[in-house]
Amino acid sequence: MCLRCIIVVMEKQRNSSSKDSFDYGSRPAIVCQDLKKTYPGKPVVEAVRGLNLEVKRGECFGLLGPNGAGKTTTIEILEGLIRASSGTVEVLGRNWTTDAEAIRQRIGVSLQETQLSEKLTVRETLALFRSFYATGIGVESAMQSVSLEEKQNARIAQLSGGQKQRLAVATALVGDPELLFLDEPTTGLDPSSRRQLWDIIRTFREAGKTILLTTHYMDEAERLCDRVGIVDQGRVIALGTPRELIASVGGDHVVEFSVRAEQNALIDAQRLTQLVDVTSVRDESDRWSLNSRQAHHTIPALLEYLDACGLSLAGLTTRQASLEDVFVKLTGRNLLEERLL
Amino acid sequence: MRKSPVDPQVASKLSRHPIYHMTMARILEFLRQPDAVFWSYFFPVLMVLALGLAFSRRQESTVMIDIVDKEFYATIQAALTHQPRFKIHNTTEADSRIRLRTGRADLLIEPQADGQGYTYVFDPLRPESAAARALVDDSLQRSSGRKDPVAVSDRAIDDAGSRYVDFLVPGILGMNLMGGGLWGVGFAIVQMRIRKVLKRLVATPMKKSHFLWSVLASRLVFLVPAVVIILGFSWLTFGVVVRGNLLSVFVVILLGSLTFSGIGLLVACRANSVEMVSGLMNLVMLPMWLFSGIFFSTDRFPAAIQPIVQALPLTPLIGALRAITLEGAGLFEPAQLLRLSIMTTWALVSFIVALKLFRWT
Repeated sequence: MCLRCIIVVMEKQRNSSSKDSFDYGSRPAIVCQDLKKTYPGKPVVEAVRGLNLEVKRGECFGLLGPNGAGKTTTIEILEGLIRASSGTVEVLGRNWTTDAEAIRQRIGVSLQETQLSEKLTVRETLALFRSFYATGIGVESAMQSVSLEEKQNARIAQLSGGQKQRLAVATALVGDPELLFLDEPTTGLDPSSRRQLWDIIRTFREAGKTILLTTHYMDEAERLCDRVGIVDQGRVIALGTPRELIASVGGDHVVEFSVRAEQNALIDAQRLTQLVDVTSVRDESDRWSLNSRQAHHTIPALLEYLDACGLSLAGLTTRQASLEDVFVKLTGRNLLEERLL
Repeated sequence: MRKSPVDPQVASKLSRHPIYHMTMARILEFLRQPDAVFWSYFFPVLMVLALGLAFSRRQESTVMIDIVDKEFYATIQAALTHQPRFKIHNTTEADSRIRLRTGRADLLIEPQADGQGYTYVFDPLRPESAAARALVDDSLQRSSGRKDPVAVSDRAIDDAGSRYVDFLVPGILGMNLMGGGLWGVGFAIVQMRIRKVLKRLVATPMKKSHFLWSVLASRLVFLVPAVVIILGFSWLTFGVVVRGNLLSVFVVILLGSLTFSGIGLLVACRANSVEMVSGLMNLVMLPMWLFSGIFFSTDRFPAAIQPIVQALPLTPLIGALRAITLEGAGLFEPAQLLRLSIMTTWALVSFIVALKLFRWT
């Protein structure tokens, strides 16, 4: 029930501190309402089916969802690269149809897979992108912000995956944007490259700028984002801070256990729900997963129950609840599960 | 910063301009691909060299004569001895038949039964054999005492401008402009689309017209070495000269390059795979390779297809270049104006249609 509230709640605060004549600055960074995108064909593909979103100034907002959820379509509509089939979009208080140039001057974009020209060097690439913007940071500081100074004269073909991705982010930063769009910024990168990118994103966020990113990594969303919108099948199905969302599954802890395969059928899910502090129970076929408010209360009760039934424990783990659990609870599927269409 | 003769403020403005950066990017990308440089600049040179050598340097052709009888061989050799172009070969009858059939001999001479006259054995449908018969007969008749009633003399023409290589160079130049426009613009753009570079660019405030201008500007930059290398090489190696005004050549090349850049853009406006663009490109270029007179005159095609031949964009380009380099024509003669207007039409139509249909993503 608590979850429901979060899904529906879309607070519309309007600060009245004004700077410009038309107060673009007081508008949220992004507002979109009832966004829909359908691709013609047989069958018609409904990539986005009525998506509502509001991203506040100065926050790092994450769209979390599995592949094929409509995240990329949504972010590309917001970036002005795709036209929505219906719905309204407002970026930095402006409209794509009338103010495209002004928006582009103020946003930075990193697409999911851009292969920048292999033959150019880091410096040449950034100088090229810098030339498109009326104002911006220098090529030097762009390289500095992503720690690529040492690679400035290396051709892109010689860069590692992480370095290429940092360069892609640098091309987005070079115009000194107010709003940064990052589509799957760390997909396919090794852990240390991911952390480096997270640091770059945090630094940008700490300068008071706004970020909208998409990801299918729940740890990325949890650690990086002020607020997360969980997207599934073209809609935002949950919205809130990572903490709020995790709390909504009922309990901070997850207790997972398994018994010997032939005994699995003997377990009574109803009885598990009644154990101390358990808020929900899920059968994951090879193991059981309990959401618990207090793992140290639940575990003794669980062991007692198993003992009473004459079942022997094959495995037991406990962990903190994560956004993954939120997604699983809402959809019954795992985040990294490929959706077969 | 480098020293430049330009006002530093203007220079710094220029070096910040997106057209400058995009043009430089394209030039650097090209120069950093040695194989592309080779094919664009040295392939046409090799072609001029190979075809120039094969066709221009041919001396007066030799006439290969076979004779079977040993005694008769001595007689004929004595009769034809003052003419070095006749190569007389003493061989067996069977061998001579094979040589005639395979083109290694042009003519077999046999003495007639009465010992007075000769019989020429040859294939009258083979031009070299027919010519050999006439030449040999003429020489033998004269050496036997024939007097010509009219005095004649020959003067050979071999000055620059009338050889095959002179005809060929404008054709190669035109072919290079076509290939450069289609590959350099069309293929390059499709690759940028496949790699999503175009999409990344439209996500910036880049002006689309700036992108287009940089494509054209880099095309013109690549053009200069191509033209200089082809014309320079032909001049140094074969003494090929431009009879007309070099400026007119430049204007025609510029227009030709724009025309094929436009067609390249048109080919690339929707294609989103290498296979698709390669297929389209070959589809566009094949008729021009065949019909636009790169290697031989378009006059050889039947009248029925002439309207199509003349309407292809490469035909007027090569025609205009030949008129200037071979005949010293200017730009303002009616035939030239017609050619230029056909090219201009192609350029305008392809650019307008391409921009209407162009897809960035």
